[in-house]
Amino acid sequence: MTTATAKSTYFRGVRNGLPFLLVVMPFGMLFGVVATEAGLNLAQVMGFSFLVIAGAAQFTALQLMVDNAPALIVIASALAVNLRMAMYSASLQPHLGAAPLWQRALIAYFNVDQSYALAIQDYDAHPERPLNLKVAYFFGVLTPVCPLWYVATLIGALVGTAIPEEFALDFAVPITFIALIAPALRTFAHVAAAVVAVVLAIVFAFLPYNLWLFVAGAGGMMVGAEIERRRAS
Amino acid sequence: MIAMSDWLIWVIIAALGVGTYLIRFSFLGLLGDRELPEWVLRHLRYTAVTILPALITPLVLWPQATGGQPDPARLAAAASALVVGYLTKAPVAAIAVGLVVLYAGLALVG
Repeated sequence: MTTATAKSTYFRGVRNGLPFLLVVMPFGMLFGVVATEAGLNLAQVMGFSFLVIAGAAQFTALQLMVDNAPALIVIASALAVNLRMAMYSASLQPHLGAAPLWQRALIAYFNVDQSYALAIQDYDAHPERPLNLKVAYFFGVLTPVCPLWYVATLIGALVGTAIPEEFALDFAVPITFIALIAPALRTFAHVAAAVVAVVLAIVFAFLPYNLWLFVAGAGGMMVGAEIERRRAS
Repeated sequence: MIAMSDWLIWVIIAALGVGTYLIRFSFLGLLGDRELPEWVLRHLRYTAVTILPALITPLVLWPQATGGQPDPARLAAAASALVVGYLTKAPVAAIAVGLVVLYAGLALVG
């Protein structure tokens, strides 16, 4: 076993991030197509993907704009979709909080579902790894994922064709997220937390403004933390 | 078609960009290397395994592509990805098996 360097860790991140192109490409292209058809010009379409860089929120905003919702409603609804990322930010803090401000500022911009999920899983499995390797891994993971989001949006906007529905790539999101999470279910506490979150997501699905997601997340986290506490004591 | 003026569209894009960035920056950016209490850390260790499964639960159970009707092919694909991912700890294997089951299921059912 050779010692991991920042470089080898970066490329391990790149390799781990690659499969997620399967989600990024179809959804970036779809956003480009749908946003262009809705009447946004190329600069606006690309502005969305560069500045917001969050698929679900971008689609939410676009749909509301097409429906002629007031601007404030568009902004509040799309930000509600992104509020989960405050939790991502908090859970990365114990691992990356000591990094220089410019690195944390960059990591914050690229803190999307895929980079977060891969990175936190790596950090939780090996919390003792040095800070520079944790940072290198994060940048490795986002390298294939984030730039391709812009490229895919551009292709969609210019070419005007998305990947055909027959490929059922709508389901690439759930499958890749399941693939991210299943290996992270390392202990009974993890499994119980995930199961409770899924059950709460079903029970509270009727709640508006993505509130169900926070009920599910908070409930699952409390169960996981409580099981961990009892097992430790 | 969107009936908004160009500048209003840009206001929305800019507000979402700034707002989303501040959300992502929040704890990581402002807390720096301050140590959170142990009970907070204990909860945060379960963020990924709760938020992400909850996020996709409606997509698995009520997919938009089928008009919100549960779909056997998609359910089987999700279940097999979960089992393979859990047993092998290899995301790539889970994705591959999930997609194979999805396409096989769609071919059989559709």
